[in-house]
Amino acid sequence: MLLIDILISGLVLGGMYALISMGLTLQYGVARIMNLAYGEFLVGAAFLAFWLYSDLGISPLAGLIVAVPLAFLANWAIYRYLLTPLVNRAKSRGQLEVDSILATFGLLFIVQGVALVAFGGQYYSYGYLSVPVSVLGTTLALNRLIAFLFAGLIGIGLYLALTRTRTGTAIRAIAINPTAASLVAIDVRTASAFAFALGGALVAAGGVLVSMFLTFNASMGVVFTMKALIVVIVGGVGNVIGALVVGLALGVIETGVTRLVDPGLTLAVTYALFMIVLLIRPQGLFGSPAR
Amino acid sequence: MLRTSLSRLTLAAAISALFAGQASLAQDKIRIGYAISKTGPFAGGAGVTTLPNYQLWVKDVNAAGGISVGGKKLQVEVVEYDDRSNSEEAVKAIERLATQDKVDIILPPWGTGLNLAVGPTFNRLGYPHLAVTAATDRSPEMAKRWPNSFWFLGPSKPGAVALAEVLGKLKAENKIGAKIAMVSVADAFGIELATAARVAFKSAGFELALDKTYPIGTQDMQALLKDAIATGADSFVAFSYPPDTIGITDAARVLGYNPKVFYTAVGTAFPVFKGKFGASIEGVMGVGGWNVSSPALQAYFKRHTESIGREPDRWASPVTYVSLQMLQQAIERVGKIDHSAIIRELQTGTFDTIMGKIKLADNIMPIVWWVGQWQGGEFVGLAPTSYEGAKSPLFPKPVWAN
Repeated sequence: MLLIDILISGLVLGGMYALISMGLTLQYGVARIMNLAYGEFLVGAAFLAFWLYSDLGISPLAGLIVAVPLAFLANWAIYRYLLTPLVNRAKSRGQLEVDSILATFGLLFIVQGVALVAFGGQYYSYGYLSVPVSVLGTTLALNRLIAFLFAGLIGIGLYLALTRTRTGTAIRAIAINPTAASLVAIDVRTASAFAFALGGALVAAGGVLVSMFLTFNASMGVVFTMKALIVVIVGGVGNVIGALVVGLALGVIETGVTRLVDPGLTLAVTYALFMIVLLIRPQGLFGSPAR
Repeated sequence: MLRTSLSRLTLAAAISALFAGQASLAQDKIRIGYAISKTGPFAGGAGVTTLPNYQLWVKDVNAAGGISVGGKKLQVEVVEYDDRSNSEEAVKAIERLATQDKVDIILPPWGTGLNLAVGPTFNRLGYPHLAVTAATDRSPEMAKRWPNSFWFLGPSKPGAVALAEVLGKLKAENKIGAKIAMVSVADAFGIELATAARVAFKSAGFELALDKTYPIGTQDMQALLKDAIATGADSFVAFSYPPDTIGITDAARVLGYNPKVFYTAVGTAFPVFKGKFGASIEGVMGVGGWNVSSPALQAYFKRHTESIGREPDRWASPVTYVSLQMLQQAIERVGKIDHSAIIRELQTGTFDTIMGKIKLADNIMPIVWWVGQWQGGEFVGLAPTSYEGAKSPLFPKPVWAN
């Protein structure tokens, strides 16, 4: 019974980790942009959801309809106008990574600054669907369960789209080898922009959904970037199913450690696993070996 | 041609420097500087407690004509920096305020860690250091080491003792059992409070049925609460930080966990807590509280809400404002910007503030509310019970209203 309890609450926590990580895996793995402002975009979406809910009375779930397309367009524009020059002049993947880290580091401060001016530094939190539901005898908050279901839907949907469609195959080809992809007539630039924008749309969805139960402020983006980065690297950069599985596993492990060992050790265990994976399988559990 | 214009420029610079020199002799304003965490992990606390009160105080003072120094009312002018929640930045900003901006007074940053970090700099520069949002067991030691420093939230030991006092009374009345379930955040203030509480609870005859720490930034509190529920203890105590305070309360509501005493630490007194949970926070205890029947404090709450656009927190916000009132009165009594005289006045004087007459004891604020409780939409002070306006606890905590 305790094990089922740990498994279910852990999966729900892990669903949140997966949700906030899948966008990064697309942006980093496919578009090859290590987006340091990732968490800021997540917090930005959380603020948007807060504003829609508290000022206009629009529920966060309806807010997704606004936030997701908006984030897609904004991220497409960022890639097209801010990052394309970097992509064009980069001679190697390494150089693009360094350049994109520097550029998005600057972007981080811009997004954070705008949020600070608009909302100030204090904490924000609102309650939406914070009601208990019972799943196999385990009590869960409905809002967390919804975030978990969204993570599952998005993860599986993306996996199918990437493996079963032509565009998806092209995106995977770019993730593995952009030079070879362009040789077989894949429009690398457009597909990368699409992947980056899609990643941005996913992080906005994550931000809106976690705002239903997490307390956030304008300075908290880095917390989410760090968590997402761990999940993405352990799962294999660019691998959506990897992010989903590792996110869920991380949730179960953290909950298990809390209940069975000691809550003080959750962080230590997370980072220990991160290091072990880096040592044994640097390409990530689901990643393909580096060339 | 170039030469003449250059020498004219030099002359002009010399003249303006002369006037500037005179201006500082006969001041027409008081320059107040501060470095505050506008970004980084401390921005949440600074944005709730410290910055709004600096802004409110400056507005109040200037609206009343200014600070009177030597028979003349001087308006307050502000120089503000962002310390980015970084102690090195905070130290650098304070050096800059003192040496380049040459401000008359420097106000402290937010938080225990930053105030300890800037302590030596304040001391070396000779400015009074009003360490308001600093709660540490080392405050008596610090006040001795740096006589220019003043500590307004006291050490954490009395905090634990005050909580043990409230719980001990309930136990003596046979309302609660001897078991307490305690969780604490593994970070500075959480560790200090938990350490002090272990001793205080033990000497009040309590037994810790659960004593677990969790890392800062933990995003799911349900697992922790299930352990607490399993103990069957009547009292639940969490020495938590604002995001965890909200997370723990939310999880307790969802799980239908209704211990007779429910205490969460930092953040319970924040407006966001009330805003999020509304009526269901009735009976929740936490760090802070205030004398709700004091007209001066009521007026302050009203002013803060109108001027800042939101309510103050009900712990360190009024204390921050009190520290600024004391500073103003000390300057006015001294009659000039003489740092050592102002420090002496702060050490020895009695000040008329929104929390009544305040006299520091060994540079430490005598009134620190340690246990408050939400009663009828207000966070009333419960302990130390000897304070004026201390109310008796609402017991047992009502079942969460959903």
